[in-house]
Amino acid sequence: MSETILEVRDLHVAYGAIQALKGVSLTVQRGEITTIIGANGAGKSTLLRAISALVRPTRGVIRYETSDITRLPPHRIVQMGIIHVPEGRRIFAEMSVYENLLLGAYSQWGRDLDERLERVFAIFPRLKERLNQRAGTLSGGEQQMLAIGRALMARPRLLMLDEPSLGLAPFLVREIFQIIRQINQQGVPILLVEQNAHMALEIAHRGYVLETGRMVLTDTAANLLRNPAVREAYLGG
Amino acid sequence: MELSTIAQQLVNGIQSGAIYALIAVGYTMVYGILRMINFAHGEVYMVGALVAWLGTSRDWYGVVSHSSTGGLVLLIATAMLVCMTLGVLIERLAYRPLRHAPRLIVLITAIGMSFLLQNLALILFGADPKTVPLTWRTVQLGGISVSLGQLVLLIASLSFMAGLQLLVKRTQFGRAMRAVSEDFQAAALMGVPYDRVIVGTFAIGAALAGAGGAMTAIFVGAPVTPTFGFMPGVKAFVSAVLGGIGNIPGAVLGGLLLGVIEALVGGHPTLSPFRDAIAFCLLIAVLLFRPAGLLGRAVQEKV
Ligand SMILES: Nc1ncnc2c1ncn2[C@@H]1O[C@H](COP(=O)(O)OP(=O)(O)O)[C@@H](O)[C@H]1O
Ligand SMILES: [Mg+2]
Repeated sequence: MSETILEVRDLHVAYGAIQALKGVSLTVQRGEITTIIGANGAGKSTLLRAISALVRPTRGVIRYETSDITRLPPHRIVQMGIIHVPEGRRIFAEMSVYENLLLGAYSQWGRDLDERLERVFAIFPRLKERLNQRAGTLSGGEQQMLAIGRALMARPRLLMLDEPSLGLAPFLVREIFQIIRQINQQGVPILLVEQNAHMALEIAHRGYVLETGRMVLTDTAANLLRNPAVREAYLGG
Repeated sequence: MELSTIAQQLVNGIQSGAIYALIAVGYTMVYGILRMINFAHGEVYMVGALVAWLGTSRDWYGVVSHSSTGGLVLLIATAMLVCMTLGVLIERLAYRPLRHAPRLIVLITAIGMSFLLQNLALILFGADPKTVPLTWRTVQLGGISVSLGQLVLLIASLSFMAGLQLLVKRTQFGRAMRAVSEDFQAAALMGVPYDRVIVGTFAIGAALAGAGGAMTAIFVGAPVTPTFGFMPGVKAFVSAVLGGIGNIPGAVLGGLLLGVIEALVGGHPTLSPFRDAIAFCLLIAVLLFRPAGLLGRAVQEKV
């Protein structure tokens, strides 16, 4: 029996006059990869930003495990273990790779820091080689690895990834998706936002389709892959 | 100018430059995280000087024996603490409610805060200049005379700046500060409590300005008035822009540079009347030819 760890209900978000989310609901189950697919501008990033409290919903509820987190400030949400890897990676370019990783651990400062670093290096050996390099000098793929590695330093209990494949070469996309699956297999539930619908549905358990601020479809990932409407709109026929 | 005059003015310039630098780092740190100029910062410096005068102008039941080293350390620490509290209050009461307001409104508020503090000092302590009743022995080094006070001030300022550099580069708070300055939303996603970092930045900047004010009153014997912070505040602001606003080592470099240039011009028989104009000429030149400052990167607006 699966167990809901995140529940979003009837979420509305506006940027001034633009209604980005118009009553979105979704759940994430423990242990699973849940993906949100949708075209550019559908509101995928806005949904993650609302969960992280970077934008304030005008209506709706966000529940995490047993608590209502709708009104919490961003740092409290991070403390609860909801870790968000934003679109465009947003690494601290002026700082070293090491400092980026330490900042990732900001909310979970503790004795096992070295242990967590080693675990990140085991997944991303290249980060260890570039530890003292300025993060801004990394390649796009390495920056994405740093962004995910930085998130892992926070001991995520729910990992949210916003378009991790954006702008990466195909072989790197496969590598990143492999790693996402691996992180999930270690027990971390994942909420994955992607425009690369095919890859996302391949590794996900459950999927949602977001269109201009509304959830239009939800099903198991396997069913969505077979769904003619989804194939037509998002998988190239 | 004679060589010995130049050497003498160099020493004086480094001393006043160290004070500019102590104030300038506060401007630059606050700008780094909030993209605003805290124009009340010069008044914090003035309050630090007032605390030093208050501490030395009466007996305080012998608790602070102001002629002893321990007493002076205690006095400067008190000035820093008072200014730190003031800095936190300014942020909480004046700037935090305007976090999402247009920049012009924040700017006007900052200038208003500056006038408010000047006038509060005027009401509470009057307009007559107040001098700390301490004198410092002068030693001759070659042809240069340096007061022991100047020497202590210089060493203390440099130590403060080294301490700040350690804090910013090596501690988790310093990393959080740099993270907020680089990308405050990404910093929030790391769990950095934005508001606490802002308050902490104001507190540190104010404490350093307070130390600068107290040390100027104690070691240089400069007379303290309600407008005591105005000129140093403006010059420290120029120093911060000169070094590259937002850049801490830049602020230190800018402060020392401005101090030295001013002293050299001030020591020149015909140029000396223009001493105070230097800062403004430099400001205009920097804004025209190198708006990012000496150590700053190309200016990038944050979205
Ligand atoms: N900061 C913003 N200000 C105004 N409008 C925004 C902002 N961010 C996003 N939007 C608008 O909100 C809608 C959803 O955007 P977004 O969540 O980024 O979509 P997606 O991530 O699915 O591409 C779009 O119409 C976009 O133009
Ligand atoms: Mg997006």
